[in-house]
Amino acid sequence: MARVVLTPNLSQLAGGETEVELTASTIRQLLRELGDRYPELKPHLDEGVAVAIDGQIYQDAWLEPVPPESEVHLLPQIAGG
Amino acid sequence: MATTEETRARAVRPNLTWVGTRPVRPDGVDKVTGRAKFGADLQLPGMLVGRMLRSPYPHARIRSIDTSKAEGLKGVKAAVTRDDFEDLPSEFVPAGEMLVNYRDMVRNVMAREKALYEGHAVAAVAATSAAVARQALSLIEVDYEPLPHVIDVLEAMEPDAPLLHEDLVTAGVEPPPEAPSNIAKRLSFTLGDSEAGLEEADLVVEREFTTRPVHQAYIEPHACVANVSEDDYAELWCTTQGHYVVRAFCAKLLGLDISKLRVTASEIGGGFGGKTVVYLEPVALALARKARRPVKMVMSREEVFLASGPAPGTHVWVKMGATRDGRITAAEAVLKYQAGAFQGSPITPGAMCAFAPYALENVKVTGYDVVTNRPKVASYRAPGGPMSEYAVECVVDEIAKTLAIDPVELRLKNAAREGTRTVYGPKFGPIGLIETLEQAEHHDHYRAPLAPNQGRGVACGFWFNIGGESCASLHVNDDGTVTLTVGTPDIGGSRASLCLMAAEELGIDFEKVQPIVADTSSLGFTFLTAGSRSTFASGLAVIEATRDAVRQLCRRAAQIWELPEESVRWQDGCARSEESEDAPEPLSLAELATVAGKTGGPIVGHAQLNAQGVAPSFGTHIVDVEVDRETGLVTVVRYTAIQDAGKAIHPSYVEGQYQGGAVQGIGWALNEEYIYGEDGRVENPSFLDYRIPVASDVPMIETVLVEVPNPRHPYGVRGVGETPIIPPLAAIANAVESALGIRFSELPMSPPRVLAAIHEGAGTA
Repeated sequence: MARVVLTPNLSQLAGGETEVELTASTIRQLLRELGDRYPELKPHLDEGVAVAIDGQIYQDAWLEPVPPESEVHLLPQIAGG
Repeated sequence: MATTEETRARAVRPNLTWVGTRPVRPDGVDKVTGRAKFGADLQLPGMLVGRMLRSPYPHARIRSIDTSKAEGLKGVKAAVTRDDFEDLPSEFVPAGEMLVNYRDMVRNVMAREKALYEGHAVAAVAATSAAVARQALSLIEVDYEPLPHVIDVLEAMEPDAPLLHEDLVTAGVEPPPEAPSNIAKRLSFTLGDSEAGLEEADLVVEREFTTRPVHQAYIEPHACVANVSEDDYAELWCTTQGHYVVRAFCAKLLGLDISKLRVTASEIGGGFGGKTVVYLEPVALALARKARRPVKMVMSREEVFLASGPAPGTHVWVKMGATRDGRITAAEAVLKYQAGAFQGSPITPGAMCAFAPYALENVKVTGYDVVTNRPKVASYRAPGGPMSEYAVECVVDEIAKTLAIDPVELRLKNAAREGTRTVYGPKFGPIGLIETLEQAEHHDHYRAPLAPNQGRGVACGFWFNIGGESCASLHVNDDGTVTLTVGTPDIGGSRASLCLMAAEELGIDFEKVQPIVADTSSLGFTFLTAGSRSTFASGLAVIEATRDAVRQLCRRAAQIWELPEESVRWQDGCARSEESEDAPEPLSLAELATVAGKTGGPIVGHAQLNAQGVAPSFGTHIVDVEVDRETGLVTVVRYTAIQDAGKAIHPSYVEGQYQGGAVQGIGWALNEEYIYGEDGRVENPSFLDYRIPVASDVPMIETVLVEVPNPRHPYGVRGVGETPIIPPLAAIANAVESALGIRFSELPMSPPRVLAAIHEGAGTA
């Protein structure tokens, strides 16, 4: 199972949970699972978040594999100048 | 200590021929001979002149707009107002890889219910000459109801501040507030227990800092030419950092099919983040659609200052604790960033990167996005980073001096490294901060003697960098030359770096590869030149496209030789069969290209991807300043920028990024600011009164390239364009403190402010 860590802003939309364990094989599955489990979180996930898997940050990468036992962080998406 | 040579030796691919060399950029001759065509350079038959009418008020309700007299003027072919743009719902929706609130965008392009800043567009005309257009603007009747305004970020957060948006409720607060305010968003990041960490500390430093809005100050103003045919096929030529994003925005605002709008990026005279949005483009298209004639619009410099996005002004509070031996035990920050007239300041990256250079166990950062009656901010090189890292780097410097520890040593003691957990969650992969600090510590600049009234400062900087969507096509011509087609506008030499990677992969001369930046109808979607992504992300696309072409070349050779495809490999610009006594002579790219028509047709490599595997870049800057105690003038006398590039594909243009970022940071630190009067109007919207550094203001910026490769890129590229603007603010403030013994907590450290502080014998906090 992947261990998903939520930022304080996302945590308050997930009933105060700061860490969630869930099974997902891809980023898309992971986001869908989270949205199903915490409906208030879903609009924010739909708007777009970056996903860090074991330290590597992915943006808009639905099909990226999520290894079992990985550490996952949801972050705001980064742009730049 | 790892030397530059040693860190270079860690590059992912050894024995490179072209990558890492310094040829003249493909667009160089056109740029220095005046042939390069910028935004305002396109002329079309029957072209009209477009001009914008702008609000003189910083905040006013618009009761009515009457353009009938202007439209009746001879030579006026079209006029547009808010009525010509459909209102759009308030929601953040993806658009060209960005999250966009089109309700705000359509209102920023053309004021609707209210004008929200001086210079806000209210109406526009297209006429047969500039003189007629100007006269037409004077005939437009706008009935304004002036409203109270608010310019300062702290004043805008007060409960009784004038409200910009009556429906703006602070996001990020649960339960949501019942009353609207100017605070668009609150966010926070935490790591460990900062309160407990502060209790461990022997020294706690708590300071507040203020920075002013500064403009990207690109030399080329916004400019475009629009043309819309009778069957609504539209063409747009414009200066932009991303013509595909311009296409997405304009198509949405004008209700066009994306396929019916073709956008061509002109050469660009600087952008620095400020040309990632649209201002004139939708208006020019709307005018062209009404007039059925081409319309050119060009901003004046005054319009650029008044109506295009600066970086936000900020208020930052920082508190950090450390033990006597210099270990930082905890850090807290509260950031308040002006968004301008519409929500969307770079508060999030500002909060995420504030403490990124440090390996800290206890951190808490809170941020506020606040609207004010100023132009909507736009990205500016590492958006949000310079201000928060400025405050932190000043406090780190104060800790070092109070504890009598060398500031580089203190940073080395606490520096982030591979495995350090960030406040926003993930741990860093391989990074090069320590290598930049070690280079600084051993640089002769750091040991050089200082003259009277001089001081030396040091500061670090961090930026994430991004990947994203890019396409590339590589056409092998029948004479053995190659045309490389990409979608990222070239601002800082990306055509050169992309061609170098193509030449390296193909094993042919760099001069044989000619690049072109395609229009939006000629190549698939490609995201902005922004986020330090072009050499990384478009580079990955170029490498993939080149390898696609190489596979085809090997297949053609195998077919000619009647050998199995897998027995052919590409090396040194030739297809070669497995070594054996009767192996055929290698076939060069040119030889295979010549017979391409007989072996299956043209050879074209292509790639489309969403580049992942991005890696951040850290830098350390050293600066010496001299302060004139009679005038308050601070002069930069020596400057060294050290940064981890991962791999410098074209070292000269990487160094150029370091130098350009440093100079813009020098301007931010010493002179640049928007000055507002009590009436809420800008008093210095020109380069005469808004003082950016010119060549005579700065010394040669020395550079040191550190190369700790990004393991997720074939050549180790990280991205370098943004990090170098971050350290200068604090490095210069720290240097001024060393020279004067006065710590400035307010930027810019302009002569009047410095002189006043000298006279007061204290800082201006």
